[in-house]
Amino acid sequence: MLRLLDIEYYKLIHNKASRVLVLIYFILLSLISLFATIKFNIGPIKFHLAELGIFNFPYIWHFNTFVAAQLKFFLLLVIVSMVANEYSNKTIKQNLIDGLSKKEFILSKFYAVIALSLISTLFVFVVSLILGLIYSSYNELSIIFLDLEYLVAFFVKLLGFFSFGLFLGMLIKRSAFAVATMIVLFSVEFISYLVVSGYNKGTDLADTIYQFLPFKSMWNLIDEPGSRLSAVKEVAAQVGEDLSYDYAVHWYEIVIVLGWTALFVFLSYRLLKKRDL
Amino acid sequence: MESILTIKNLTKKFGYLTAVKDLSFTINKGNVYGLLGPNGSGKSTTLGVVLNVVNKTSGSFHWFNGNITTHNALKKVGAIIERPNFYPYMTGSQNLKLVCKIKGVNYNKIDEKLDVVGLLERKNSKFKTYSLGMKQRLAIASALLNDPEILILDEPTNGLDPQGIHQIREIIKQIAAKGTTILLASHLLDEVEKVCTHVVVLRKGVKLYSGRVDEMISSHGFFELKCKKHEELISFLKNNTSFGNIKTKGDLITAFLNEPLSSEDFNKLLFDKGIILTHLVQRKESLEEQFLQLTDHNK
Repeated sequence: MLRLLDIEYYKLIHNKASRVLVLIYFILLSLISLFATIKFNIGPIKFHLAELGIFNFPYIWHFNTFVAAQLKFFLLLVIVSMVANEYSNKTIKQNLIDGLSKKEFILSKFYAVIALSLISTLFVFVVSLILGLIYSSYNELSIIFLDLEYLVAFFVKLLGFFSFGLFLGMLIKRSAFAVATMIVLFSVEFISYLVVSGYNKGTDLADTIYQFLPFKSMWNLIDEPGSRLSAVKEVAAQVGEDLSYDYAVHWYEIVIVLGWTALFVFLSYRLLKKRDL
Repeated sequence: MESILTIKNLTKKFGYLTAVKDLSFTINKGNVYGLLGPNGSGKSTTLGVVLNVVNKTSGSFHWFNGNITTHNALKKVGAIIERPNFYPYMTGSQNLKLVCKIKGVNYNKIDEKLDVVGLLERKNSKFKTYSLGMKQRLAIASALLNDPEILILDEPTNGLDPQGIHQIREIIKQIAAKGTTILLASHLLDEVEKVCTHVVVLRKGVKLYSGRVDEMISSHGFFELKCKKHEELISFLKNNTSFGNIKTKGDLITAFLNEPLSSEDFNKLLFDKGIILTHLVQRKESLEEQFLQLTDHNK
């Protein structure tokens, strides 16, 4: 396993484009902390985001993983290109001839996906911990380490998403087309979801079906955190809306995404095995 | 003799097209093999199958004694097929280091092999800046990294300029001289003729011949002769049962042998008859002539 990871790391680290994208990704991740500095002072209205409580433990885990997950697109480009480039440079052929098995080839890519997801998760953990320690109103250890399941959800979300990218890269062999396909698939799933839920107002039908589809299942892992803020709740209460919803991470949501991950990796392997290069 | 690669009844179909049909042959240690055939005869497909990049339709093959998985066997093989494929953004030596990682061999051979192919000075240039000849030489260096049991080369001089072709040939000869088993696929026959001891001839995916080069066509070669007593020589040759077909082109006489005869004995025989030669060359048919005969006969 270490050998495969080492091979993949070696391929990535010498590629300037990948290096730059990974760097941008981590810089953006650390920029989450800049949210803390958002302050408006318009006459009598004073607005300081950090004081709204978004950096309070344990809420910060939810908020930061949600925001950080939106940046995953940068790493998707790295994943897709690291697969598609093997085809366009025909190095996949050379790798196999040099004695890498097809299974090892897919595994080395999947290990890279796991490693990138894991590093992102650790990074978000550290950034959130630091931000929390600076701005949180609660600093008891028992509260700090509450709700850490959001980090697990974040990891699984990245894993599923990148495995999807890995599969599309293998299937389509061209980075740009693979990313475009992903956007098209996302649009199809999203628009059809709107249509289905539009025709079935008042029921849970759309959610019941779509929780099994790839993008919706990944989305479900970390629910939108905004409505949980006490400030937002107060405003909603004033206009008579009840925003209370189920924002917890459920085990079955994780299982569904892990199911997709396994399927994507398996299909990538099948594809490579059947293909004549 | 220790076998390195055994292929049995191998067949590969691409849809309707049968690229390789019921092919069987064995490669033994220490010989230099040529895999011959016109374009599209199934050479690259055959190599693709044994190198784990093309799936066979039926039949079987095994490396070495057959107790080793294909991908592990390939770690003991050095192969380049068609174009050299490397990471364009890495330098020559970085690319070779990656190959070392895959094959699980030590990095200390990198400089040595780069020196063999004459690329040591350019080892820190990016692969994408290399000329085609340099790319091909890097591919050979990469195939040599593990001191392979067998070196497989598919059209190694394709698309190169004359100097490039010459360099690659010299490298192949050096490697062959060290006793490395080589399988050289090519449609350039003089290339194969110069280095190979054995050949496998393919046409439209079917094996026409496999065996030693010199036994490919049972002939004893021919003499090319020139002499002042032209008519006398011709009548002598026509009356001698050792000779079959006799051709004349200008003052050059080509006499094909029916049975073995050394040039020494032949020269002495003529001298005794009072015929003095000004030109005497004993030759075998070139591989090209043999190959054309073989592929023509089987149309």
